Amino acid sequence: MTLLTVEKLDLRFDTDEGRITAVDDVSFTLDAGEVLGLVGESGSGKSVTAKSLMQLNPSNAVYGSGSEIHLEVERNVVDVLSLQSARELEVVRGGAVSMIFQEPMASFAPAITIGNQMVEQLLIHTALSKKEAAELSVEMLERVGISDAGKRFYQYAFELSGGMRQRAMIAMALSTKPKVLIADEPTTALDVTIQAQVLDLMKDLVVEFGMAILFITHDLSVIAQTADRVAVMYLGRILETGTVRQVIQTPSHPYTQGLLNSLPKLAAIDEPLTPIAGDIPSPLERPSGCVFHTRCLKAKPGVCDQSIPDLFAMDPGHTAACFALTQEWVGIN
Amino acid sequence: MGGHQLEENSVIESSHISVRNLSVHFPLGRQLFGKPPVVRAVDDVSLEIPKGSFFGLVGESGSGKTTLGRAILRAAPITSGQIFYRDDEVEYDLGDIHKEQLKDYRPRAQLIFQDPYAALSPRMTVRDIIAEPLEVMGITNTREETDDRVRKIASKCRLNLEHLRRFPHAFSGGQRQRISIARALVCNPRFVVADESVAALDVSIQADILNLLKSLRGDLQNTFLFISHDLSVVAHICDTVAVMYLGTLVESAPTRSLFSNPSHPYTKALLSAIPSLDPDVRGKAQKLEGEIPSPVTPPSGCKFHTRCPVVQQRCKSEIPQWRELSTGHSAACHFVEPQTLSQEIRD
Amino acid sequence: MDLLARSKQKVTDQSLKEAYFTASQTQLVRARFKKNRAAMVAGWVLTLMILAGFFSEFLSPYAPTMAGRDKQYENGPPQMPKFWDENGFSLQPFIYGTKRERSIKTNFRWVITVDREDRRYVRLFVKDWKYSYIDLNWDLPGDAFDVNFKALTFSTHLFGVDKGGIHLFGTDASGKDIYSRTLRAIFTSLKCGALGVFIAFVLALIIGGISGYYGGWIDSTLQMITDAIRTVPPLPLFMALAAFLPQEWSAEAVFFVISSILGLIGWPTLARRIRTHLLSERSQEYVLAAELCGASSSHIIRRHLLPSFTSYIIVDLMITFPYMVRLETALSFIGLGLIDPVSSLGSMMQNVSKADILLNYQWYFIPVLFFIAFVLAFVFVGDGLRDAADPYTDARK
Repeated sequence: MTLLTVEKLDLRFDTDEGRITAVDDVSFTLDAGEVLGLVGESGSGKSVTAKSLMQLNPSNAVYGSGSEIHLEVERNVVDVLSLQSARELEVVRGGAVSMIFQEPMASFAPAITIGNQMVEQLLIHTALSKKEAAELSVEMLERVGISDAGKRFYQYAFELSGGMRQRAMIAMALSTKPKVLIADEPTTALDVTIQAQVLDLMKDLVVEFGMAILFITHDLSVIAQTADRVAVMYLGRILETGTVRQVIQTPSHPYTQGLLNSLPKLAAIDEPLTPIAGDIPSPLERPSGCVFHTRCLKAKPGVCDQSIPDLFAMDPGHTAACFALTQEWVGIN
Repeated sequence: MGGHQLEENSVIESSHISVRNLSVHFPLGRQLFGKPPVVRAVDDVSLEIPKGSFFGLVGESGSGKTTLGRAILRAAPITSGQIFYRDDEVEYDLGDIHKEQLKDYRPRAQLIFQDPYAALSPRMTVRDIIAEPLEVMGITNTREETDDRVRKIASKCRLNLEHLRRFPHAFSGGQRQRISIARALVCNPRFVVADESVAALDVSIQADILNLLKSLRGDLQNTFLFISHDLSVVAHICDTVAVMYLGTLVESAPTRSLFSNPSHPYTKALLSAIPSLDPDVRGKAQKLEGEIPSPVTPPSGCKFHTRCPVVQQRCKSEIPQWRELSTGHSAACHFVEPQTLSQEIRD
Repeated sequence: MDLLARSKQKVTDQSLKEAYFTASQTQLVRARFKKNRAAMVAGWVLTLMILAGFFSEFLSPYAPTMAGRDKQYENGPPQMPKFWDENGFSLQPFIYGTKRERSIKTNFRWVITVDREDRRYVRLFVKDWKYSYIDLNWDLPGDAFDVNFKALTFSTHLFGVDKGGIHLFGTDASGKDIYSRTLRAIFTSLKCGALGVFIAFVLALIIGGISGYYGGWIDSTLQMITDAIRTVPPLPLFMALAAFLPQEWSAEAVFFVISSILGLIGWPTLARRIRTHLLSERSQEYVLAAELCGASSSHIIRRHLLPSFTSYIIVDLMITFPYMVRLETALSFIGLGLIDPVSSLGSMMQNVSKADILLNYQWYFIPVLFFIAFVLAFVFVGDGLRDAADPYTDARK
């Protein structure tokens, strides 16, 4: 059952330095019980895409006219981009969709106890009484593996360690039983042993709650372990999508291939690291044609710098946006 | 002290840096009565960094790896223990060093920072940033000499001439890191500490910087201490790896040996916690429970005992000894035995 | 053609980019400041006012003191020069002659009547009373300290009238020209504020600098002292001083003392700001990098710390200035600072508080407008500088 459909999402920011394209023609779907990974480096637009789902972007964000985001909320389909006021968006923000962030210290108010914040969220989105909300919150804290949940309920964010704070944030995000959880780099700031715990927890919760996760990260190994499908983004465009096995084991797009080659792998510590040539272009100097052509080894002048490739399907469910995969390319050669 | 003869028949003759029972403790605030609580950042650590090696130091938060690196550079105070610096010209006891000797030490040991955005002064041109160590330490005498050396190291770090005129705001993270590296290496230090130097960079740039460090080491023949939390990166670039946990050293071995034969339970858990890039290898490994304890109140005995999967009663009271298991491979755990002795006999 | 145009565009783009890359911090700040229209306008207003104050004697037809008063035109309304009236056009601007008489209609108060037939032409570059740019006439307590030194004496004024007087903003009760007084007042307030800011700045730099650079117990002790001084209430202090100041002191001496007191009261806020800047700059990684090269404290201060907070300090000074001016104005207004006949914006506003004046002689308010414009200009420029120097604070509009 498809919970979320994003079609042709275009997002530009009007800044002093000019118009910056953050997201360009991004489309994807998210089904219940599935984990979709959105992978990209800095400037790829992955965080901005996620924030668009709840219209959390700053006021100078301009959405394209053809952009559509449809969310299924209680058997109705909501057009997120048409919602105007904060009131209308309440049903989306924290209700049907919850979000957890990279820096848990930044998402908990420092002067309010964890418990109070969780209860506040429940009171906004559900019809529970304060007492019921408190009970549910403690239950959620226990469910995410926080020992002494009853005591932690009354503590402040700074009293918990990084891993526990992240778990508390997950508990808070899940207490409203959202259909979609957006996780924006949730484990990047955590130590690797804590990261392993939190990832396990998230996978268990997906099964238990039947929800979908949009997992945003730059770390392909985390995606390999957690996600079912993955979309690789670069400078605001999706360059490759497919199941995790398809994309990681048989990458088709030169960017994905370059990314995988540049990763140090524990399984092959003697292999040399091959970085991707060049630097990520600044958002003010967006390449014409294919966004990756300035760093691509296969780029053909006259083709790759002129037109933007569409996503071509190589196998069922596995698509990549590269001219080199098309029949015409072979013809040119 | 300082400036005595090199010990001829010591095993550690080839060590660039010798750390002996080093402890670095920071007091936390002030208290009216009694002693203030202390952060035991580094607690009784001993290790040897051989000359010309690419030595990796790994650990999670609170492990003390950054503090150890800074202590070697005398940017963190030594509470107890000793650090010796040794090269073909001089030998210094860094805990007991005079101002003149410290002045001589500085150009021999430098630091590459983690954050490429905070490490460069935004009001200086790239040329001035790279030239600053030369000018401050009086290594060059004329402006031409300085410019010449700046140009040489800049080209080694793949920065071109026009970059030298620009200010840091003109550059991306990867380029700024290269400027940082150029600044650290311009005075030709024999010993370089790279403190999480690639952690803040995008993945595709990381590989670039790592290759640059490798090539520079090959070119300049210095010793690198590479501090990182990322074991995969360390595996690729270092020849020796030491693992720290909560201020103590738990295992140290040549890279291949550590990754193929981890002995300490923490090392094993650390390695298994790293997510594999292979989607078919999922969730089999051993995961650690619990949180990292606070370095202010570390556990008694073996510091890892609160989270150790093979913990016994002994671990709670007795601090494990540092034992050599095979050539160059040592660990501090009550339950690891010297291994592969039979293999060595066979070879 | 298209290719050429495109390549030319590329070249200009490239040189623009290169200019951006090689722009020093000062140049970047200046460029950002220029984009802020409100700040630029305020900047021009401020410059004009400062220049007007500086050249006040040249621009004023009359001396702002009792010596320059016009006995025939007391409480007179503003006279605006005209080019044209019912008697014809004139290239030279003119004003009307006036006579004054007591009239029964106004309860025997002096009333100024305007004679529209009597044209008095305005001339430019008139030679009139003398003024000097360097005029040291300090009458300090004790005869040995008196200083009397004049230099750069001129007597040209921008405009004047051959007969009678020209009073663009009208006159006050004793016939002093309000326009001349306003210009002089701007200058006086500027001097007072500048001296106060200077004293505050020097003290703040030393104390805040030591506090921020060394930290530790030095910092704690100095902060305690700073806070203690901050709690001294300025108004009772000034009242006490006003009571203690000897009557025979000259206006200049009083002016000097008032400005010094302003500075001595104003330094704690500035010191705290300097200390905060220093503390945060001190822990920057590039400072540590310099320390690891064995750089001396003076090198670090000179090369890293000072340039980084020069922009902050300039902003702080710009923001402190109007506070000083306002404080001086407020004190003069209630009679504790500079009083009549010294022209300062505050002393001029002292006259405005009576209902009699409000009803009949509204032109007394004109200095108030100048005062508001003056302070606002400073505030806008200060804000603009702060936004330009620190672009990471505000989200984009």
